[in-house]
This record gives sequence, C-alpha cells and structure tokens, in this order.
Amino acid sequence: MTRVSFDVNGEPHQLELDTRTTLLDALREHLHLTGTKKGCDHGQCGACTVIVDGRRINSCLTLAVMHQGNEITTIEGLGSPEQLHPMQAAFVKHDGYQCGYCTPGQICSAVAVLDEIRAGIPSHVTADLIAPVRLSNAELRERMSGNICRCGAYSNIAEAIGEVAGRSA
Amino acid sequence: MRTFSYERAASPDAAAAAAGQATNAKFIAGGTNLLDLMKLEIETPAHLIDVNGLALDRIDATADGGLRIGALVRNTDLAADGRVRRDYAVLSRALLAGASGQLRNKATTAGNLLQRTRCPYFYDTNLPCNKRKPGSGCAAIGGFSRQHAVIGASEACIATHPSDMAVAMRALDAVIETVRPDGATRTIPIAELHRLPGDHPEVETTLAPGELITAVVLPKPVGGAQAYRKVRDRASYAFALVSVAAIVQPDGSGRVALGGVAHKPWRVEAAEAELPRGAKAVTARLLADARPTRDNAFKLPLAERTLSAVLREARA
Repeated sequence: MTRVSFDVNGEPHQLELDTRTTLLDALREHLHLTGTKKGCDHGQCGACTVIVDGRRINSCLTLAVMHQGNEITTIEGLGSPEQLHPMQAAFVKHDGYQCGYCTPGQICSAVAVLDEIRAGIPSHVTADLIAPVRLSNAELRERMSGNICRCGAYSNIAEAIGEVAGRSA
Repeated sequence: MRTFSYERAASPDAAAAAAGQATNAKFIAGGTNLLDLMKLEIETPAHLIDVNGLALDRIDATADGGLRIGALVRNTDLAADGRVRRDYAVLSRALLAGASGQLRNKATTAGNLLQRTRCPYFYDTNLPCNKRKPGSGCAAIGGFSRQHAVIGASEACIATHPSDMAVAMRALDAVIETVRPDGATRTIPIAELHRLPGDHPEVETTLAPGELITAVVLPKPVGGAQAYRKVRDRASYAFALVSVAAIVQPDGSGRVALGGVAHKPWRVEAAEAELPRGAKAVTARLLADARPTRDNAFKLPLAERTLSAVLREARA
C-alpha cells in the first residue's frame, strides 16, 4: 500500500492504495466518481479520458500513485446537471451520443482539444507547422481520434465541438 | 497485474543505482505501454522506479547548434516546440502521426524509443512468442503476418518496432545519452540503440541492465525539405504499415529512413546515393535483402510508392 494525495475537481483527497490501482480505478472505486468510464482499459478507446494539470490523458494507463500533488478534473468537475459546461450543453443540443458511455471521455477530451488549439499545438493534419493553427472540422476530427464512439455519433460530436469552438474562438 | 513495490527516484543517478540494486526493476515514465503490458502480465516487474520527478523535461540548445531533448519531454511538447517545428520538421511530423492526443500528452521521448512491438502474437499470452517467452517459438511466422517485418527479421521473430518518432530520429542521426547504475554515462548513436531480433528477440536494445536514458541529442539542423509520410489502415490513431522519413536537399541528396518494415528504424546510408535516380532505385537498395511473407509482400511496392510521393512533395 502506498499513500498519495491529489485534488479532484478542486477537492483534496488522501488515499492509501495498492500500487497497482490505476487513476481510473481510484476515481471510480475509491472516490466513487463514476462519471469517468472504463471502456477497453488499454488506452485504445478514450472513455476514461480525464484532465490532469490541464492536459487530457487516459486514466486507465496511469497509476494513481504517480499523481502526487496533481490537479485532476473529471466530467463531474466540468459541470453539473443544473449548470452544464458549454461543451456538455452542446453535446445535448446536437445529440452527440447514443448510449452515452463514451460521452464523459469525449467531453473531457473535447474541452482539452480546444485548449490545445488555443495553445498553438499542431496536429497531424495541420498543413503549416510554422503558421498559427487554424480551427477546422478536419483539425477537430483528427484531434478527437483517441475517443471511440461505438454508436457512431461522430458527426454530431463534431458539430457540438465545432459550435463551442466557434463560440470561444 | 502482479504486485510490485514502488519508489519515486530523486535523481537520474539514484534511479539508475536503484535499478542496479533491485531485482526485476523497471523505470516508469509515461507508462502508456508498460502498464498496458503489466495488465496482461507480459511485463511483470517486481519493482517500479518512477522517474517522472527527475528534471529531464527540458529541451535545451547545445553548444554546436543542436538540441538536447530531456528523456521526459512529452511527445506533445516535443512536436509543438518551435525549434523542432522549424529545424526538425520531420520529427514533429512523425510524432504527430503517432498515437492519440491523450497518449502523446503522457508518452515521453525515452519511453517512445523503448516501447515494445505491437505484434498481436506478442500480446496473445495463449500463443508462443520468442520475444515474450524465449524459446517458445514464433506464432507470427506462418500466422497472420500482414503487419510484420519484411527485412532484418530472423527465424525467431518477425516483429516490427512500432515507433514513428524513432524513424525520424534515425534520419536525423540522433544520439542517446544514458547513465548506468555505477554512475557512468555514455552516448549511443540511435543506429546502435535498437537491435535486430536474431536469436534473442527478447533483447531489444543495447542498453545494459539498469541503464537509464537521460536525453536524446539532435545534431545541428541539416535543413532541406523534411517530410514524414505514414501509411496505415485508418487515417488516424493506427500503427504504420509503412512509413517514410525523408530529408531532401536542394541538390537532390538526402536521407531516408523507413518505419513499419523492421525490428528497428530502417536506414541504409548507401541507398541514399541513389536519391537522384528516384524512389525505385533507393528502395531497391534499401530493401535489397527483404524477405517478406506472403501476407506482407505488399510492403515492398508500398514503400517505393510512399517514398516516391514524399520525394515529389519535397521537390515541389
């Protein structure tokens, strides 16, 4: 067992965990924040995406004990049913899901994608590595490729993100 | 996952020393490949040394005009660095062609070099694999081998190295810096870091036990038109069937390295003399000793066509 402390959605937590506990299992099984989903548990589907110190990662492929002192944001920290995050509201408006299982990961990823574009981080489809990154549907789709939607709601997901991106650009 | 003990290392020297003392220890940085393999009990370290706290996350200019990339620089940060985008575009392009945004945020420079093959038989613990269980045989030979190596393979293993980043670094003549458990440091040209499988596919690099990569040094920029083209089954988030890293100079000379074809980034400097004669001549030399399987013979014409497209782009 190893002790670790980190903030989740602004709340400090101290845990004593089996070293094998992934960040995903710590969130779900120990802190009972079940918004973050376990899909493949191998980093292939993106359902477990959370934001750690401002960056999106797969919470299934990292150990909880490796996050001493980090600030973690899950879907529960982005918004609430009474006060949706703009990205959550856009997913609802554009019907960016069917079963909803991948949705928390999609939304955490999408929020971070817009930050990455604002920070000027290029992607595989960025035509010019030197010029500022330009927002486009192709950019959003490429950057979201680590989030799989088995129901195939991609076009609505892209519309939801596009709307928020347009609004915040 | 098997149980393991865990420590956070305080310095590169301390990390290497700890790895030298413990039995069956592994360093963990991004962990995106190691933890996946630990869940499957393909990797079963008894002790993990977390190196994330080490101050190896900077990219610094070197005295001769190159860059020293700390071992812990994340793939996202390396691809986005202004100097890399301007002077080593092939590296930025290769990084951005790999994995997903989430994985690039976590994956490190050294970890990317040391990631293990994605051969499906290496991952399937019900089947023989000389890399996973030395001496058990190779299920890929005679199995489905569409993704596998066409050159440099052996009777024991036909796996490929999965990295995109390493292919670009091979074209750039990167040099690896390390520290060993006794504190000794050394440099390894990237051409000598990865091994061909031979009789021991389980030994993938020339690193000594407990040796820690601390940085990757890029020589001063070589200029030219730089491109990385990756051919895969999906447009994004898939490993390469074939990839080409190329640097082409205005006089027609240049460098070419291939990914997806061998157990290491594949570059044959002598083949580059053929560049003025075009892609067919270069790949004929580069892949002269190729021994593809029935499933992956398509990689030979695919490599030639991919290089042809890259050269056309570079000369446009």
